[in-house]
Amino acid sequence: MAQRAGHDVASVGGGIAVAGLSYRYGSKLALDDVTFTVEHGHFCALLGPNGAGKSTLFSLLTRLFTAPEGHLEIAGFDLSRKAGAALARLGVVFQQPTLDLDLTVRQNLRYFGALHGLSAKTIEQRSRDGLAAFEMAHRVDEKVRQLNGGHRRRVEIARALLHEPPVLLLDEPTVGLDVPSRAAIVERVHALCRDRGLTVLWATHLVDEVRPEDDLIVLHEGVIRGQGRVPEVLESCGGADVADAFARLTGGTAAA
Amino acid sequence: MTPGAATYARCLWGILWREGLRFVQQRERFVAALVRPLVWLVVFAAGFRAALGVSIIPPYETYITYETYIVPGLVGMVQLFNGMQTSLSLVYDREVGSMRVLLTSPLPRWFLLVSKLIGGCVVSVLQVYVFLLIAWLFGIQMEPLGYLAVLPVLLLTGIMLGAVGLVLSSTIRQLENFAGVMNFVIFPMFFLSSALYPLWKMQESSLLLYRICAWNPFTHAVELIRFALYLSWNGTALAWTAGSLAVFLGIAIVAYDPRHGMIRRRGGG
Repeated sequence: MAQRAGHDVASVGGGIAVAGLSYRYGSKLALDDVTFTVEHGHFCALLGPNGAGKSTLFSLLTRLFTAPEGHLEIAGFDLSRKAGAALARLGVVFQQPTLDLDLTVRQNLRYFGALHGLSAKTIEQRSRDGLAAFEMAHRVDEKVRQLNGGHRRRVEIARALLHEPPVLLLDEPTVGLDVPSRAAIVERVHALCRDRGLTVLWATHLVDEVRPEDDLIVLHEGVIRGQGRVPEVLESCGGADVADAFARLTGGTAAA
Repeated sequence: MTPGAATYARCLWGILWREGLRFVQQRERFVAALVRPLVWLVVFAAGFRAALGVSIIPPYETYITYETYIVPGLVGMVQLFNGMQTSLSLVYDREVGSMRVLLTSPLPRWFLLVSKLIGGCVVSVLQVYVFLLIAWLFGIQMEPLGYLAVLPVLLLTGIMLGAVGLVLSSTIRQLENFAGVMNFVIFPMFFLSSALYPLWKMQESSLLLYRICAWNPFTHAVELIRFALYLSWNGTALAWTAGSLAVFLGIAIVAYDPRHGMIRRRGGG
């Protein structure tokens, strides 16, 4: 469950711990003293409108750049002091599509596996299993360009899990997908969390992707406005459902 | 828990393999990379042969034609363009996000950047050898063993010029700025060097320009290639090239360090 917690051991076992994280672009504060944990095996939805600071948080969690203030931990490894070990335990699906369009699915996975130092044999075997789990095994030799958006996303999630990380980050993974593809991906990632004990941080601005049993963090203008189990967040802000809670927590000062 | 040598080797191999795949797919780029120096060799050199006489300077032992003189410079040009295209592709990678995928690798960032440089360099070496083969068919022939001796030199000069591109890529924010790179980096580097005319000729016309040429790392890359093709040793050019590599690579590694974050300026909500 998401809660305010100290550092150090909060993420042991495969969770995520963020404490006192602030970040500014010039004079604009993008993240203001953000603190939360996602416990091992939990699905945590990070809900926030566009511009809330979600992408900045993801850039910091994936160490695209680092923050001068705050503490980040992936599966018990401090991202600033043990970057390699932390990144090795992290799978990421970025908001923008990042597959090489002119390479086949297999080639994309092989390249990614190599970046993580996996052997060709391991990559081959895990690709087969991973793609089968997403019903994409039969498309392995097709160029990514030939796949539709939903299928590309499935390949990206399978790719993000190739090095078997305990933690998976997804940054608005359903953007641009049609309703059935969206529903399928939301369901599959929940299933991964349930069946394999994967820790998931799922950023979105779409309230219908949040389920009652999930953890929820509402981020707005760089500040966490609410966090906890979904029922707890609803109770604390008096919201009737997630959409209502989201509106209440982000409405007052949104002005946009 | 620290990654072993096998991990590094697989990662390097993966990056080279991907560069190779992209190279095979971009045949236009390969053709363009060859046409450019060949136009210089066939058209430009033919026109200037009459106007410019090249006296006997090291490493040459006899009078040479102008075409012969500019071949090492054009080899440098192939690598210069390739190095800049590598930087262009890095800016592109950053825009389409494949840079982010690269940087999620648990291996140190300097290693990923150096692997990228080696990948780009290997491609440029292939281009150079095809160019040298065509030049050979035109009758511009070096020492037979020179073609072998130039290989380690090409790796060094290719990585050095790639590192220059890497530094540029960290400062360019958008692809559109490549025209600026052409005007303010590639052309000055190429023309203010010994690629097209020996430096003593430059010295006769302008001492200032001569000094600029003598400070240009590209001049030393070209001279290193020239001497290697004739199986001669040029310690000064080697020191300059290696020194430039160290400096530019150092700047690039700092620029791409997540703590200094050249990438962060692209941040958004």
